[in-house]
Amino acid sequence: MTELLNPATGILFVPAAAALLLTLVPSYRIGAWINVAAAFVTFGCALVLLVWRPAQPGRLLVVDDLNIVFIVLNTLVGFTTSLFSRGYIAHELEIGRLKPAHLRFYHAMYQVLMGAMNLALLTSITGLMWVAIEIATLTTILMVGIYRTHEALEAAWKYFILGSVGIALALFGTILVYSVAQPIVGNGLPAMTWSTLTENAAHFDPMILNIAFVFLLLGYGTKAGLVPLHAWLPDAHAEGPTPISAVLSGLLLNVAIYAILRFKMVLARNPETIAPGPVMMTMGLVTIIFAGLMLYRRRDIKRFFAFSSVEHMGIIAFAFGLGGPLANFAGLLHMAMHSLTKSGIFFAVGHITRIKGTQKINEITGLTTSHPLLGWILVASVVAIAGLPPFGVFTSEFLVVSSAFAHRPLLALPLVVGLLISLGALFLRLNSIAFGEPSGGMASDRMSPLPILFHLGLVLMIGIFIPGPVVSWFQHIAASLG
Amino acid sequence: MTAFALDMSHFLAGGLVLLSFTLLYQDRLPPLINAYGIQSLFLSLSVAWQARIQDAPELLVTAAIALCFKAVVIPLVLHRLIRNLGIHRTVETVVGIGPTMIAGMALVGLSMALMVRATSGIDVLAREDLAFALSVILLGLLMMVTRRNAVSQVVGFMSVENGLILAATGAKGMPFVVEMSVAFSILIAFIVIGIFLFRIRERFDSVDVAILDRFRGERP
Repeated sequence: MTELLNPATGILFVPAAAALLLTLVPSYRIGAWINVAAAFVTFGCALVLLVWRPAQPGRLLVVDDLNIVFIVLNTLVGFTTSLFSRGYIAHELEIGRLKPAHLRFYHAMYQVLMGAMNLALLTSITGLMWVAIEIATLTTILMVGIYRTHEALEAAWKYFILGSVGIALALFGTILVYSVAQPIVGNGLPAMTWSTLTENAAHFDPMILNIAFVFLLLGYGTKAGLVPLHAWLPDAHAEGPTPISAVLSGLLLNVAIYAILRFKMVLARNPETIAPGPVMMTMGLVTIIFAGLMLYRRRDIKRFFAFSSVEHMGIIAFAFGLGGPLANFAGLLHMAMHSLTKSGIFFAVGHITRIKGTQKINEITGLTTSHPLLGWILVASVVAIAGLPPFGVFTSEFLVVSSAFAHRPLLALPLVVGLLISLGALFLRLNSIAFGEPSGGMASDRMSPLPILFHLGLVLMIGIFIPGPVVSWFQHIAASLG
Repeated sequence: MTAFALDMSHFLAGGLVLLSFTLLYQDRLPPLINAYGIQSLFLSLSVAWQARIQDAPELLVTAAIALCFKAVVIPLVLHRLIRNLGIHRTVETVVGIGPTMIAGMALVGLSMALMVRATSGIDVLAREDLAFALSVILLGLLMMVTRRNAVSQVVGFMSVENGLILAATGAKGMPFVVEMSVAFSILIAFIVIGIFLFRIRERFDSVDVAILDRFRGERP
């Protein structure tokens, strides 16, 4: 009975139950509300888990300082996105891009996706995490292709092939980690459990651990969209429904980063392995600069912000690769800030494409004149994502850059160059979208801007003042990451 | 463990690698699919053998999945599919069979050198199996990058997956192997459904009234 009362099991069961229920409810209006309610209850469970952490919930789950950050972030953005999605899909239905039957599927899949991501974060078993990430990938593939257009299917197919290759590499890495742990800790589950893996990592064969990490980094790195494995990401973001772009950018990429971090922690306990840091830093830097350059050539607004996500994943990978308490702290903070800001931006983009009826950047101009509220929200969000004060992304980027200068001054240079490149691209595009002669649709925006304002408010608050408990909590995690 | 048990498992795993090579040089789809079916049959035998020598009966489920699903159902469905798509006679221009084979041999050499040297610390059975499995995986990936046709890419991916199942069953007492093979079967089923979707897409391009509805909705 105690297991049922544990909020950790609630985080998994609520989405699962909601997904089942949603397949049975024919009305999309009720479905949308059930979706919101389930996401809210899940978020509530996560908050309970944050303040009150009961005894370890069974052998298969683990709750510690690291994954609770991801879980709270995941369920929070999941909840606000479900609110946004309610307004968004009503419109999609109106213009006939989606049919009520699609929506039943869509809502059920949304909950399956949330449940799978929560499982990936909560489980203490490497193999189970792999299965959960695979399920999350499959559901997003299905949702990316939901419009059934030529482009949507092609994007889904590309995502599918690249995602499957990534997942295959990650599984081989997982198997290698098991087979290196098995002679030391014995057969079965212990050799796949995070806690026993990290405790005994010092006795593992360093060579195999190295090879395993390379496979894991490439595999989960594909899911995180690190260059050169990012090719699926912009298409998937551009062609799928906007709430899914928000969840992909804000959450699924984080889950992949989480997987890499966990394995990095195992490696950090074994002094004879290669340092995973330089590999991650190189991939991060290449990603930042490449994505920054690609930003200039984008014509589609969702593809544009998708490349911005790639760039931020590069920053996060760089920060964690740099290591040390400060850089890890910055990496965690940046991840949280990026999730909130980028999902907020995708909400705003959803409103804009709805009003203007197009995703082409050069057909959207003068937004602050035609729709002042939405226009200025977009301006504020882009200022935030570009890493300018007073928003939280500035704080975290500043910390990344300053710790890079402190430890690797030579690497800080390309980092700063990369950041400036993308800053330029963001403002170039923002200028044409937000200012000038208004063009395109003039219909008033009937969707509530509350979810975006909530995200922006949180990011602004962190930018101005980070509460003490949050700082000490993040510092504690940063120290444990090594 | 007897020498015979080791030899037998090496023979079966080596057979998988050999069949990966035959996959590499097929330029028509039907023999490609047949070669994949035979590879899956070898996988199923190899997994069944592992179940016997590791005394792990649950692996028989994985072997059964490999036998029924991957060696029989998937090839049959794919044969039907390529006939429906009208691509069963097309000759695929594989970019230079010679260079591809040499690259394949280099990859196998690499994985042998890497895994056998690196894995001196672990169980001898798992060690050789991991080396063979990595060869199968790399050859499958090589096939995926050298092919243009969606069906042959998928066959390449499925042979990668055969290599993964081989690695997972070779790791002694690994939990969730059965669950993983089921998860992979679902993935493959989705891929095949995906190819069906592609056929639908091609119909959209030619004559289907559904396309009109779509355009009406998108372009007011």
